[in-house]
Amino acid sequence: MLVFYLLRRIGVLCTMLFGLLCITFVIANVAPGDPAALAAGPNANPSMIETIRQEYGLDKPLPEQFVTYVSDILRGNLGRSISTSEPVAQQVATALPNSVELVLFAMAFAVVVGISLGVLSAVCRDTVIDHAVRLFSVSGIALPMFWFGLLLQLVFAVGLGWLPVSGRLGLVTTPPEPITHLLIVDALLRGQWSTAWEAFTYLLMPAFVLSFPTLASICRLTRAEMIETLSSDYVLGARAQGLGNYSIRIRHALRNAMLPVLAVIGLYYGWTLGGTALVETVFDWPGLGLLAVNSALMSDFKPVMAVTLIIGFNVMLANFIVDIAYAVLDPRLRRA
Amino acid sequence: MSEASAIEATATSADASENPRGVWREARRALWLLSRSFSSVVGLVIVAIFLVLAILGPYIVPYPGASTGNVDMSSMLLPPSMEHWFGTDDMGNDIFSRVVIGTRISLQIGLTITLGAAVIGVPLGIFSGYLGGNVRRVIMAFTDLFLALPSLVLAIPIVTVLGPGVTNATIALAIVWWPGYVRLVDSKALSLSKEPFVEAARAMGASTLRIVFRYMLPNCTSPLIVKASLDMGAAILAAAGLGFIGLGAKAPSPEWGAMLSVARGYLPTWWWFAVFPGLAIYVSVLGFNLLGDGLRDIFDPRTTSQ
Repeated sequence: MLVFYLLRRIGVLCTMLFGLLCITFVIANVAPGDPAALAAGPNANPSMIETIRQEYGLDKPLPEQFVTYVSDILRGNLGRSISTSEPVAQQVATALPNSVELVLFAMAFAVVVGISLGVLSAVCRDTVIDHAVRLFSVSGIALPMFWFGLLLQLVFAVGLGWLPVSGRLGLVTTPPEPITHLLIVDALLRGQWSTAWEAFTYLLMPAFVLSFPTLASICRLTRAEMIETLSSDYVLGARAQGLGNYSIRIRHALRNAMLPVLAVIGLYYGWTLGGTALVETVFDWPGLGLLAVNSALMSDFKPVMAVTLIIGFNVMLANFIVDIAYAVLDPRLRRA
Repeated sequence: MSEASAIEATATSADASENPRGVWREARRALWLLSRSFSSVVGLVIVAIFLVLAILGPYIVPYPGASTGNVDMSSMLLPPSMEHWFGTDDMGNDIFSRVVIGTRISLQIGLTITLGAAVIGVPLGIFSGYLGGNVRRVIMAFTDLFLALPSLVLAIPIVTVLGPGVTNATIALAIVWWPGYVRLVDSKALSLSKEPFVEAARAMGASTLRIVFRYMLPNCTSPLIVKASLDMGAAILAAAGLGFIGLGAKAPSPEWGAMLSVARGYLPTWWWFAVFPGLAIYVSVLGFNLLGDGLRDIFDPRTTSQ
C-alpha cells in the first residue's frame, strides 16, 4: 500500500516541478516587455539586445524556447548574471549553503520552542502563562520581520554589544576549508572551535527573527490541537485507568496532537524560505534571499529566476517528504 | 457543515438579501458576539482607528506638507518632542505626520491586493466546487502549484519583470495571493452544491451563473470576510516588505516599508526614524489579525482559537 502511495506522490511531485518550470518560463517570456531587453539589463543598447536575443534563442518560437529552457536547467545551466557576469549556478552554489544553515536552524528552533510553548499553554489553560503565550503567538504573526530584526540589532548588537550586527563572519576570521559548505559544521569538523562559535553568534539573531512567525504559528496550532485532544474520550479513558499527568499529556495526547502540526511543517518551511529575502537583507546574510533581492534591484533577472526555482523546488520536496512521513505515521492516509 | 447550521446559514442569507432589517439585526448580533471577546474588541478598535486615519489623515496631521518631498535642513533628524511626537526624518519632515498620511497608502495597497486576489480566486473556487470533475481537477492543480510557492518568492521575480514601484508590487502580490481564496471557496461550494436549495434551483431551471452567484456565493460570505480580514494584515505586511527591500513604494512616498528602508541607514543614532513606521505596520497588522480571529469565532463556532 505504501509503495503505491509513494509512487502516486512522486507523480504529483514531478507534475508540480513541471508546473514550476512553466510558471518561471511564463513570467520570463510572456510577461509584458521584451525578454531579450530584460536579460540584457537596463543599460544595454539595441545591438547588445539583438546579440542576446540570438545567443539565447529568443527569436525562436516559444515552445522551442521552452524545451531549451528546461534542458538548460536540467544540465545545471542557469545562465549568466549581467551585473557580476558570473554564472548564476555558481552564485547560487555559494549562497545556497548559507541559506540552508539559516533556515534549518530557524526551523529547528521554531519547531522545538513552538511545540513546547503550545503544550505549556494548553496544559496551563486560562492561567497567566497561557495568556502570555497567546499574546506572544498573536503578535508573532503580525510582527514585521525586517523591523523586528532592526530592533534586535539596535538592542543586542549596538546597545548591549553581545552579538555582531550583521554579516556571516568577522572580516579578520578565516573561514574553514569547505567540506559540507555549511560554515558552522565545517568549522566544527576542522576543529576550529572559536570560528564555529563566532559563526554561531552571527547566525543567532537572523535565525531567531526568521523563526518568529513560524514559531508563533506552530505554537498556536499545537495549543489548539492539544486542547482538543486533551478533552477527547481516550484521554478520559487513560485518566480513568489511573495514568499520571505526564504520561497522559506527552505519551497519549501530544502524539496525536502532533499529526496536524506535522502536516503544516512543509508549508511553514516554505514561509521560512520566503522570509529569507527580508531577513537576509536586514542582516546582510549572503544567502539566496539577499542574492534575489540584490539582483532584483539591479534588474538582473537570471539570478532572481534561479532563486525562485531553487526555493520552489525545495518547498515542493519538503512537502513531498512531509506527505510520506505523514503516511508512515498515519496508515489511514495511504488509502486515501 | 452540519445540516442544522447549513439551513441556518441559508435562512440567514435569504433574510439578509431580502430584508434590510435582517441585515441590521445580523450586524448587531455579530457586533454583540464580537464585543464579548476582549482581543476582538482590541482588533476592532485598532482597525477603526486606522480606517479613520486613512480617511482623515492628510487633513488632521500637524504638518500636512510632510509627505510631499519637501526638504527642511533646519529640522533634520530631530528626536521626538512635543513639537514632533515621533521626531523628524532625514529630510526634516515630521515622522508622525508621515506615518499618519502613510496609513491611507498601506490600507489601500492591502485592500487592492485582497480584493484583487478575491476577484481572481472566488469565481475560480466557486466554479471548481460547483462543476466538479475535470474542471475542478485542473483548477485545483493550478491552485496547489501556486499555493506551494511562498508569496514573496513568486512576487519578487514578477516585480523584477514589471519594474519596481508601488503599483507593480501591488499587482505582483495580487497575482500570487489568489490561491487561498480558491481553496476556501471550492470546499465551501462543494458542500453547498449538494444542498437541497441548490438542487431545487437547478430543478427549477436556473442557469449555472444564476445558481452560482445568486444562491451559492451569498452563503460563502462569512468565511470570505474572515479570510479577507486576516489577509488585509498579511497583505499590508508583504507590501511593506517589498517596500523595505526597495521593490515597492519609494521615498519620498510615506509608505511605511519604504520609510523603514531609508531609516535603516540612520540606525542606531537616529532610532526614532525606524521605530515608528515599523510600529505602525505592526499595530495595523495586529489589528486586522485580531479582528479576523474574532470574526472567525463568531462565524464558525467550531474553530475556537481561544
